Amino acid sequence: MSAIKKFMYVNRRAPYGTIYALESLEVVLIGAAFEQNVSLAFVDDGVYQIVKDQDTKAIGMKNFSPTYKALGDYDIKQIYVEKESLDARGLTKADLLDLKWEDEEEDYAEKDSIHVVSAAELAEILDQQEVVFSF
Amino acid sequence: MASLHTVNKSPFERNALEGCVRLAAKGSGVLLMEDGVYGALKGTQKSSMVSKSMASLSFYVLGPDLKARGIGEDKLIDGITVVDYNGFVDLVEKFDHTQAWL
Repeated sequence: MSAIKKFMYVNRRAPYGTIYALESLEVVLIGAAFEQNVSLAFVDDGVYQIVKDQDTKAIGMKNFSPTYKALGDYDIKQIYVEKESLDARGLTKADLLDLKWEDEEEDYAEKDSIHVVSAAELAEILDQQEVVFSF
Repeated sequence: MASLHTVNKSPFERNALEGCVRLAAKGSGVLLMEDGVYGALKGTQKSSMVSKSMASLSFYVLGPDLKARGIGEDKLIDGITVVDYNGFVDLVEKFDHTQAWL
Protein backbone atom coordinates (compact mmCIF):
# COMPACT_ATOMS: atom_id res chain seq x y z
CA MET A 1 0.00 0.00 0.00
CA SER A 2 1.42 3.34 -0.99
CA ALA A 3 1.86 6.22 1.43
CA ILE A 4 -0.96 8.60 2.28
CA LYS A 5 -0.82 11.74 0.18
CA LYS A 6 -2.20 15.22 0.66
CA PHE A 7 -5.07 15.79 -1.76
CA MET A 8 -6.67 19.20 -2.30
CA TYR A 9 -9.83 19.89 -4.29
CA VAL A 10 -10.01 23.53 -5.43
CA ASN A 11 -13.54 24.76 -6.20
CA ARG A 12 -13.86 28.01 -8.15
CA ARG A 13 -17.31 27.84 -9.80
CA ALA A 14 -20.80 28.74 -8.65
CA PRO A 15 -23.29 25.84 -8.30
CA TYR A 16 -26.10 25.07 -10.83
CA GLY A 17 -25.00 27.36 -13.70
CA THR A 18 -22.36 24.80 -14.70
CA ILE A 19 -21.78 21.16 -13.73
CA TYR A 20 -18.36 21.77 -12.07
CA ALA A 21 -19.60 22.03 -8.47
CA LEU A 22 -21.60 18.80 -8.54
CA GLU A 23 -18.85 16.91 -10.39
CA SER A 24 -16.29 18.06 -7.84
CA LEU A 25 -18.44 16.90 -4.95
CA GLU A 26 -18.89 13.49 -6.56
CA VAL A 27 -15.16 13.08 -7.13
CA VAL A 28 -14.48 14.13 -3.53
CA LEU A 29 -16.89 11.48 -2.23
CA ILE A 30 -15.43 8.79 -4.48
CA GLY A 31 -11.90 9.79 -3.50
CA ALA A 32 -12.83 9.68 0.19
CA ALA A 33 -12.90 5.88 -0.04
CA PHE A 34 -9.13 5.81 -0.66
CA GLU A 35 -8.23 7.09 2.81
CA GLN A 36 -5.97 9.92 1.79
CA ASN A 37 -5.45 13.24 3.56
CA VAL A 38 -8.17 15.25 1.81
CA SER A 39 -8.88 18.95 2.03
CA LEU A 40 -11.17 21.27 0.08
CA ALA A 41 -10.76 24.91 -0.88
CA PHE A 42 -13.54 27.26 -1.93
CA VAL A 43 -12.34 30.39 -3.73
CA ASP A 44 -13.77 32.93 -6.21
CA ASP A 45 -17.35 31.95 -7.17
CA GLY A 46 -16.74 28.56 -5.53
CA VAL A 47 -17.73 30.12 -2.21
CA TYR A 48 -21.32 30.23 -3.52
CA GLN A 49 -21.40 26.40 -3.47
CA ILE A 50 -21.58 26.32 0.31
CA VAL A 51 -24.02 29.19 0.88
CA LYS A 52 -26.83 27.99 3.17
CA ASP A 53 -30.61 27.96 2.51
CA GLN A 54 -30.38 26.73 -1.10
CA ASP A 55 -33.79 25.70 -2.46
CA THR A 56 -33.80 24.40 -6.04
CA LYS A 57 -37.41 23.17 -6.30
CA ALA A 58 -38.44 25.94 -8.68
CA ILE A 59 -35.56 25.39 -11.13
CA GLY A 60 -36.07 21.63 -11.30
CA MET A 61 -32.51 20.70 -10.34
CA LYS A 62 -31.18 18.59 -7.49
CA ASN A 63 -30.13 20.62 -4.45
CA PHE A 64 -26.81 18.95 -3.65
CA SER A 65 -25.80 21.39 -0.91
CA PRO A 66 -26.95 19.09 1.97
CA THR A 67 -24.37 16.56 0.76
CA TYR A 68 -21.53 18.82 1.95
CA LYS A 69 -22.73 18.06 5.48
CA ALA A 70 -21.76 14.40 4.95
CA LEU A 71 -18.10 15.26 4.34
CA GLY A 72 -17.34 15.14 8.07
CA ASP A 73 -18.47 11.49 8.16
CA TYR A 74 -15.88 10.76 5.45
CA ASP A 75 -13.20 12.28 7.66
CA ILE A 76 -12.95 15.37 5.46
CA LYS A 77 -12.58 18.12 8.01
CA GLN A 78 -10.20 20.59 6.36
CA ILE A 79 -12.43 22.93 4.39
CA TYR A 80 -10.75 26.23 3.57
CA VAL A 81 -12.65 29.30 2.38
CA GLU A 82 -10.73 32.31 1.13
CA LYS A 83 -11.67 35.47 3.03
CA GLU A 84 -10.94 37.76 0.08
CA SER A 85 -13.49 35.85 -2.05
CA LEU A 86 -16.14 36.17 0.68
CA ASP A 87 -15.43 39.89 1.09
CA ALA A 88 -15.72 40.59 -2.64
CA ARG A 89 -19.19 39.03 -2.58
CA GLY A 90 -20.43 40.67 0.63
CA LEU A 91 -20.52 37.27 2.37
CA THR A 92 -19.41 36.18 5.83
CA LYS A 93 -19.00 32.77 7.49
CA ALA A 94 -22.55 33.22 8.87
CA ASP A 95 -23.89 32.94 5.28
CA LEU A 96 -22.29 29.51 4.83
CA LEU A 97 -23.45 25.99 5.68
CA ASP A 98 -22.59 24.90 9.20
CA LEU A 99 -20.18 22.05 8.39
CA LYS A 100 -18.99 19.94 11.33
CA TRP A 101 -16.93 16.82 12.02
CA GLU A 102 -16.92 14.64 15.13
CA ASP A 103 -13.65 14.19 17.00
CA GLU A 104 -13.48 10.56 18.15
CA GLU A 105 -10.61 11.39 20.48
CA GLU A 106 -12.70 13.95 22.35
CA ASP A 107 -15.87 11.93 22.93
CA TYR A 108 -17.21 12.79 19.45
CA ALA A 109 -17.20 16.52 20.12
CA GLU A 110 -18.52 18.45 17.11
CA LYS A 111 -15.96 20.77 15.57
CA ASP A 112 -16.08 23.29 12.71
CA SER A 113 -14.80 21.97 9.39
CA ILE A 114 -14.82 25.38 7.72
CA HIS A 115 -11.75 27.54 8.15
CA VAL A 116 -11.86 31.03 6.70
CA VAL A 117 -8.29 31.87 5.65
CA SER A 118 -6.55 34.75 3.90
CA ALA A 119 -5.21 34.43 0.36
CA ALA A 120 -1.68 34.33 1.78
CA GLU A 121 -2.59 31.50 4.18
CA LEU A 122 -4.33 29.56 1.42
CA ALA A 123 -1.31 29.98 -0.84
CA GLU A 124 0.79 28.26 1.85
CA ILE A 125 -1.75 25.44 2.23
CA LEU A 126 -1.90 24.90 -1.54
CA ASP A 127 1.86 24.85 -1.73
CA GLN A 128 1.98 21.95 0.75
CA GLN A 129 -0.32 19.70 -1.31
CA GLU A 130 0.93 16.70 -3.27
CA VAL A 131 -2.10 16.36 -5.55
CA VAL A 132 -4.41 19.25 -6.52
CA PHE A 133 -7.69 18.74 -8.38
CA SER A 134 -9.19 21.87 -9.96
CA PHE A 135 -12.89 22.40 -10.60
CA MET B 1 -37.38 50.48 -29.54
CA ALA B 2 -36.61 48.99 -26.18
CA SER B 3 -34.81 45.72 -25.64
CA LEU B 4 -34.74 43.12 -22.93
CA HIS B 5 -31.19 41.97 -22.17
CA THR B 6 -30.67 38.65 -20.41
CA VAL B 7 -27.47 37.94 -18.48
CA ASN B 8 -26.81 34.39 -17.23
CA LYS B 9 -23.14 34.54 -16.15
CA SER B 10 -21.69 35.53 -12.79
CA PRO B 11 -20.21 39.05 -12.95
CA PHE B 12 -17.23 37.79 -10.93
CA GLU B 13 -16.28 35.20 -13.53
CA ARG B 14 -17.24 36.77 -16.87
CA ASN B 15 -17.73 40.31 -18.12
CA ALA B 16 -21.16 39.69 -19.69
CA LEU B 17 -22.95 41.99 -17.23
CA GLU B 18 -20.31 44.67 -17.71
CA GLY B 19 -20.72 44.56 -21.49
CA CYS B 20 -24.48 44.58 -21.15
CA VAL B 21 -24.71 47.69 -18.97
CA ARG B 22 -22.15 49.45 -21.19
CA LEU B 23 -24.01 48.75 -24.42
CA ALA B 24 -27.68 48.55 -23.48
CA ALA B 25 -29.61 51.59 -24.70
CA LYS B 26 -31.39 53.85 -22.24
CA GLY B 27 -34.81 52.48 -21.38
CA SER B 28 -33.77 48.84 -21.82
CA GLY B 29 -34.55 46.09 -19.35
CA VAL B 30 -31.91 43.75 -17.92
CA LEU B 31 -33.00 40.35 -16.62
CA LEU B 32 -30.46 38.57 -14.42
CA MET B 33 -30.89 34.79 -14.48
CA GLU B 34 -29.00 31.55 -13.67
CA ASP B 35 -25.50 32.53 -12.41
CA GLY B 36 -26.28 36.08 -13.51
CA VAL B 37 -28.36 36.57 -10.36
CA TYR B 38 -25.15 37.17 -8.38
CA GLY B 39 -25.07 40.57 -10.10
CA ALA B 40 -28.23 41.58 -8.23
CA LEU B 41 -26.63 41.40 -4.78
CA LYS B 42 -25.85 44.46 -2.70
CA GLY B 43 -22.57 44.86 -0.83
CA THR B 44 -20.40 43.22 -3.50
CA GLN B 45 -17.58 44.53 -5.70
CA LYS B 46 -20.06 44.66 -8.60
CA SER B 47 -22.99 46.34 -6.81
CA SER B 48 -22.09 49.93 -7.65
CA MET B 49 -21.81 49.15 -11.38
CA VAL B 50 -25.39 47.89 -11.30
CA SER B 51 -26.85 50.60 -9.08
CA LYS B 52 -25.26 53.34 -11.23
CA SER B 53 -26.73 51.90 -14.42
CA MET B 54 -30.19 51.76 -12.85
CA ALA B 55 -30.58 55.44 -13.75
CA SER B 56 -31.14 54.42 -17.36
CA LEU B 57 -31.94 50.69 -17.22
CA SER B 58 -34.58 48.70 -15.34
CA PHE B 59 -33.32 45.55 -13.64
CA TYR B 60 -35.16 42.30 -13.05
CA VAL B 61 -33.98 39.07 -11.45
CA LEU B 62 -35.39 35.57 -11.76
CA GLY B 63 -36.74 34.46 -8.36
CA PRO B 64 -36.35 30.67 -8.78
CA ASP B 65 -32.62 31.14 -9.55
CA LEU B 66 -32.22 33.28 -6.42
CA LYS B 67 -33.87 30.67 -4.23
CA ALA B 68 -31.78 27.85 -5.69
CA ARG B 69 -28.63 29.74 -4.68
CA GLY B 70 -29.81 30.55 -1.16
CA ILE B 71 -30.16 34.29 -1.84
CA GLY B 72 -32.92 36.02 0.13
CA GLU B 73 -34.69 39.01 -1.44
CA ASP B 74 -33.36 41.12 1.44
CA LYS B 75 -29.87 40.74 -0.11
CA LEU B 76 -30.85 42.46 -3.38
CA ILE B 77 -29.90 45.96 -4.50
CA ASP B 78 -32.91 48.25 -3.92
CA GLY B 79 -34.99 48.79 -7.04
CA ILE B 80 -34.43 45.40 -8.68
CA THR B 81 -37.72 43.62 -9.43
CA VAL B 82 -38.01 39.88 -8.73
CA VAL B 83 -39.97 37.97 -11.39
CA ASP B 84 -41.02 34.33 -11.73
CA TYR B 85 -41.14 32.34 -15.01
CA ASN B 86 -44.48 33.91 -15.98
CA GLY B 87 -42.96 37.32 -15.29
CA PHE B 88 -40.07 36.38 -17.62
CA VAL B 89 -42.60 35.69 -20.39
CA ASP B 90 -44.34 39.00 -19.68
CA LEU B 91 -41.02 40.84 -20.03
CA VAL B 92 -40.23 39.16 -23.35
CA GLU B 93 -43.65 40.25 -24.57
CA LYS B 94 -43.37 43.80 -23.22
CA PHE B 95 -40.03 44.63 -24.85
CA ASP B 96 -39.55 44.80 -28.63
CA HIS B 97 -36.49 42.53 -28.76
CA THR B 98 -34.57 40.17 -26.54
CA GLN B 99 -30.78 40.03 -26.53
CA ALA B 100 -28.82 37.39 -24.61
CA TRP B 101 -25.40 38.14 -23.09
CA LEU B 102 -23.76 34.75 -22.75
